[in-house]
Amino acid sequence: MSSHTSTKKLLPGAVIMDPGSTEQNETGSWRSMRPVTDYEKCTSCMSCWLYCPDSAISCEKPPKVDYRYCKGCGICANVCPVKAITMVPEGQK
Amino acid sequence: MKKFMTGNDSAALAAKLARVKVISAYPITPQTTIVEKLSEFVANGELDAEYIKVESEHSALSACVGAAATGVRTFTATSSQGLMLMSEILFVASGLRLPIVMTNVNRSLSAPLSIWCDQQDSVAVRDSGWIQLYCENNQEILDSTIQAFRIAEETLLPVMVCFDGYILSHTAEPVDVPEQSEVDGFLPQYNYPYALDPEHPGSIGAVGVPDYYEEFRFMLQEEMLKAKEKILEVGKIFAEKFGRKYGLLERYRTEDAEIILLTMGSLAGSLKDMVDEYRQHGERVGLVKLRSFRPFPVRELKDAVGNAKAVAVLEKDVSPGLSGALFSDLSTALINSKKSPLLMNFICGLAGRDVSPLQIREAVKSTLEAVEAGEVKNPVRWLGLRETLMGLR
Repeated sequence: MSSHTSTKKLLPGAVIMDPGSTEQNETGSWRSMRPVTDYEKCTSCMSCWLYCPDSAISCEKPPKVDYRYCKGCGICANVCPVKAITMVPEGQK
Repeated sequence: MKKFMTGNDSAALAAKLARVKVISAYPITPQTTIVEKLSEFVANGELDAEYIKVESEHSALSACVGAAATGVRTFTATSSQGLMLMSEILFVASGLRLPIVMTNVNRSLSAPLSIWCDQQDSVAVRDSGWIQLYCENNQEILDSTIQAFRIAEETLLPVMVCFDGYILSHTAEPVDVPEQSEVDGFLPQYNYPYALDPEHPGSIGAVGVPDYYEEFRFMLQEEMLKAKEKILEVGKIFAEKFGRKYGLLERYRTEDAEIILLTMGSLAGSLKDMVDEYRQHGERVGLVKLRSFRPFPVRELKDAVGNAKAVAVLEKDVSPGLSGALFSDLSTALINSKKSPLLMNFICGLAGRDVSPLQIREAVKSTLEAVEAGEVKNPVRWLGLRETLMGLR
């Protein structure tokens, strides 16, 4: 696992005194499956953006996955009405 | 000024003298009169504190965690089943490094149901990351509770002050009570460096992912080990101000002792009398009273018992399947020593059973026999057990 804030001083009790620092915690490193969009098929219906539980898909047309935070749950691939998103194991192209 | 006070009144008065700001309370025998007394202090305006009544001990300590995180001095008290119900939050309090002070009036655990004294409750949570101090008498309860706030606040570790139910909690004796101004001088206003503050938002209780968690446990262990120095330092400052000395342990007639008794809590008082009796007959018996069970004073214990021929550990708890907890901890302290005394363990005084002079003589006799034989057969023994059960082992 990568260590994003390991250069910071660790405070007693795991106290965090810089608010909003969760953004720096790139939780996408947990992912084992990666959603890959076929933009030939994508109709920009925004279902994936709407259903993404981690707000890791951008609100733009066409929507894009932010892999820094995507945990690979696969909901986007499941809800896509045109099957434009496939889940690909990490480490494979 | 000397006052005639119970152990529970001493604990309550100490919390008042420390000017605690938040008290969270749930009644349980034999602790109840501590929080009762504090409720009187708050209700009649003698103590300016928030008194939170909760529906369980789990909530009592949780309220203290929340209050302590805002940077105020907090106090609660419990016993036995109450401490067990708090056990989840004990680890939260130490993990968040919140300097809460709590009295635990030692009482045995169910089942069988019992309201009487032994030390199984606090011993069972010895790994919770709390400093644990044990008191011999009501003066020590008052003094140790006052010191506990300073130790907690200067180490950012919670402190549990433990004393024996009924034997001390409901028994009155003269206690030297310091003036408020003297305690104020000893306990300056508390400034928690990471207090929750809307002006400066921060976060406590974050997730400790595998990449981080181990470091925080390491930091807790390091601070706990360093706390030994802090307990000594605070004891020294206290002695300069109030004239009563406190350390990690107390040595009683151990200088030339061949046999040393080791115990915690009020039993030390009885054992001191027994040591005097043996000394009158020219037998070299001494006593070490452990005050700080966590952190465990390894070096100091080695120094105290290292030259004896045998140590007899008398304790009011058992870790079923091994021995008494103090005995196994002492064994750990002496491991890898070039020279170690023979070690004997006597489980006694469970659930308020009296530890009689007869039982103590039996323990000393068995220990002397081991010294003569040069070996220990059956190191873990029970004192005062029904004869009908003796054949079981």
